[in-house]
Amino acid sequence: MNGAVITTRKRNYLNASYTVRSWLLTHDHKRIGLLYLIGVTFFFVIGGLAAAVVRLELMTPRGDLTESETYNKLFTMHGITMTFFFLIPAIPAVLGNFLVPLMLGARDLAFPRLNLLSWYLYMLGGLMTMWAILAGGVDTGWTFYTPYSSTYSNTYVMATAVGVFVAGFSSILTGLNFIVTTHQMRCPGLTWFRLPLFIWSMYAASLIMVLATPVLAAALLLVGLERGLGIGIFDPAMGGDPLLFQHLFWFYAHPAVYIMVLPAFGVISELVACFSRRRPFGYAFIGYSSFAIAILGFLVWGHHMFVSGQSVYAGLIFSLLSFLVAIPSGIKVFNWTATLYKASISWETPMLYAFGFMGLFTMGGLTGLFLACLAIDVHVHDTYFVVAHFHYIMVGGTVMAFLGGIHFWWPKMTGRMYPESWARLSAILIFVGFNLTFFPQFILGYLGMPRRYHIYPEEFQVLNVMSSAGASILGVGYFFPLTYLVWSMFYGAVAPENPFGHTGLEWQTASPPPTDNFEQIPVVTQEAYSFGPDDALRGPSEEVISIVQAS
Amino acid sequence: MDTSFRLLPEQASTFAPDVDLLFAFLMLVSGLLSLGIAGVIVWFAIKYRRNSAADRRATPSHMLLLELSWIVGPFILSMILFVWGAKLFFAQRHPVEGALEISCVGRQWMWKFQHPNGRAEINALHVPLNQPVKINMISEDVIHSLYVPAFRVKQDVLPGRYSTLWFQASKVGRYHLFCAEYCGAKHSGMIGEVHVLEPTRYQEWLSDVVTGTPQMGGGGRLFDQLRCNTCHMTGGEVSRGPSLLNVAGRRVPLQNGQQVVADDDYLRESILRPAAKIVAGYHALMPSFEGQVSEEQILQLISEIKAMSQLDAKKPEGELKKE
Ligand code: HEC
Ligand SMILES: [Cu+2]
Ligand SMILES: [Cu+2]
Repeated sequence: MNGAVITTRKRNYLNASYTVRSWLLTHDHKRIGLLYLIGVTFFFVIGGLAAAVVRLELMTPRGDLTESETYNKLFTMHGITMTFFFLIPAIPAVLGNFLVPLMLGARDLAFPRLNLLSWYLYMLGGLMTMWAILAGGVDTGWTFYTPYSSTYSNTYVMATAVGVFVAGFSSILTGLNFIVTTHQMRCPGLTWFRLPLFIWSMYAASLIMVLATPVLAAALLLVGLERGLGIGIFDPAMGGDPLLFQHLFWFYAHPAVYIMVLPAFGVISELVACFSRRRPFGYAFIGYSSFAIAILGFLVWGHHMFVSGQSVYAGLIFSLLSFLVAIPSGIKVFNWTATLYKASISWETPMLYAFGFMGLFTMGGLTGLFLACLAIDVHVHDTYFVVAHFHYIMVGGTVMAFLGGIHFWWPKMTGRMYPESWARLSAILIFVGFNLTFFPQFILGYLGMPRRYHIYPEEFQVLNVMSSAGASILGVGYFFPLTYLVWSMFYGAVAPENPFGHTGLEWQTASPPPTDNFEQIPVVTQEAYSFGPDDALRGPSEEVISIVQAS
Repeated sequence: MDTSFRLLPEQASTFAPDVDLLFAFLMLVSGLLSLGIAGVIVWFAIKYRRNSAADRRATPSHMLLLELSWIVGPFILSMILFVWGAKLFFAQRHPVEGALEISCVGRQWMWKFQHPNGRAEINALHVPLNQPVKINMISEDVIHSLYVPAFRVKQDVLPGRYSTLWFQASKVGRYHLFCAEYCGAKHSGMIGEVHVLEPTRYQEWLSDVVTGTPQMGGGGRLFDQLRCNTCHMTGGEVSRGPSLLNVAGRRVPLQNGQQVVADDDYLRESILRPAAKIVAGYHALMPSFEGQVSEEQILQLISEIKAMSQLDAKKPEGELKKE
């Protein structure tokens, strides 16, 4: 039905050439963004399958599906692929790559070749890790705590650590690229305070990528030295200090949470602004709060170590600072809510994801207060309460924002519309499935069920079954977009330039954009969110309505 | 053990009600906040849906006062939570004087406990009701974490370094004891039971060696068996090594002019790596006992050294607590 339209299309970055070579050697940030999309989707599926087996195993208190060793490898595989190969690159490397130059009115990133190299490093790291998993797996958990990882585990720790190490460089290079691009490549008239909030948050996240990732690399290197060469660094039997690793690891891994979540904030700011047709309330506060989070985020790592044996006074300071970092996150939620006031809100799919994000992220953030609170953390640390908390932040936050963003910019990326009713249905399924999966885990955690338990006391079974049931709904919810988005690339209705009526620069060029983004470099005279008075009343563009009615 | 379905864990220590009260307060605050935010979002989303007839004139783009209020409000709230949580934590981390001291060695994948009279047990911990108990813990291999949900206490157990945990049980019964820090294949099997007994029952249990696990060391002081007493005379005579009668908990002057507090970690180091810190006025004569004594034996030695100090302090009253 729609196939015929293709022939009438203008030249764009997708149809510029069709060879495999033209994709694998591309310097085009948009194509690299799509390459990343393929990568992160692949790793998301792998990580998701591991989670599915874990949830299936936890249906019963006994260990009847897998051996303990296998179970430990499965949750490790889930954690490693999801954090390092999905969550961290998801928004920055896919949406960031695609959007940063477009939003800046630039023709590409500052270093296109470096950008391609980042993708190769990412894939190389990912495939090495996959090899380690196929060869026999790793069982250290994604946290690689020493001395277990450095001397005791006899699984493929080295290969995995090398994989993560290599992928870390892709993160560093991407961050570097974004920072330089934001400074150097803004089109005429695009001052800092006219930038979209997505750029502000990507910039803050990039700072963290550049500054924190090397610490992870160093920590993994030290694990490698101890494991491979027997140099005593972490194992007290060799004169090392086991807590040193935790300090290094969390010095990276806490800020890494913000690598995952700041870009998500950026996406949500765009979605809320567009679908409520309003300039984000307190634009400057939202922008500044990203930086406040990025900086304070470096000072709170010790909240993962309240019961580790670190001094009581260190615990007090880390607790205090962790409470403080909650405040800028709160600002964002309040500001988004205030943006809805007197707005003109439409309930399209991306906005449903934004609503979902606001609810789930709020719960994730508030349960973070429980964990910052010393006496409560002593009880719930390393229990399912923590598991639930960070899934509310990472899955309820980052994944919801990622999916919302993918839907929102899908027409721009592919030139096709996705089927709206399927998309809404899956957004709702994901929201319901998510809550059913993870809410019971808060209760489990407060009851005292430790995390990473293969076998557990039978009184915890009811809640675990609820959680597994929710996970199956969640799984279906994720499966739908995977299929209808692919379908829409070939059969979806052809998208207009600006289907959602947003004001950003990326919408002022064709869908999909030409290889060098703009026919002519735009000149900016207004800030990113200058919705006119009649925008507020305008629905989706006329073209979309006719397309939706026709299909 | 109570294995019925429940939504809140049992309260079996003096900490539990305090922690639960703070938890309840947090639940209340965060429940109100999240319901409030969700309510406002839904209300706006419906009222200001596109094409609704709502009044949209004079939309504010920012309001300084409002924005400051949602900075200051959460700030005050979080400071209340901080202080409240910190006070409780402080109490949890500082054992009261005169607590019953039990030593604990964690290893892949079992818990070993030893009571002051030498009675040892594996994957079970018997404690008296209404009496403060302090557990001195160390790991033989990787990091573990001792966790008793019904007591609301948890502390990581590290290799090469002592950590402590204390509580006062407030309810007779049997409770879960978990390892909370992932420690390898059988991590979820590193569990046990805490038995809270009436103090008299606890005393009975302590002396009931017949049915229990045999005593560690098998009679006599380890200190004498290992011939520590050849250099550390216990009678107060001049000898090759310093007298250990008063060492535990005191400040020790070192050869290099510094001082250290003789805590458990120092005593452990003195046994394993005596050359690391030389006591002022003595020579580095003491052999290292590294590889010759197990973690349990070191704990045993330390408790014997502590008992010598107590013995010494209490000599005038002629009251002997041990043996
Ligand atoms: C060959 C003699 C010798 C033997 C045997 C010996 N020690 Fe020592 N010990 C010393 C000397 C000398 C010092 C002081 C120098 C130093 O700090 O190394 C010392 C120091 C100590 C200290 C530190 C005392 C302080 O005042 O700070 C402790 C504790 C200790 N020994 C415990 C033991 C134990 C327990 C054993 C038996 C397992 C033992 N020693 C066996 C000679 C000995
Ligand atoms: Cu953190
Ligand atoms: Cu353990």
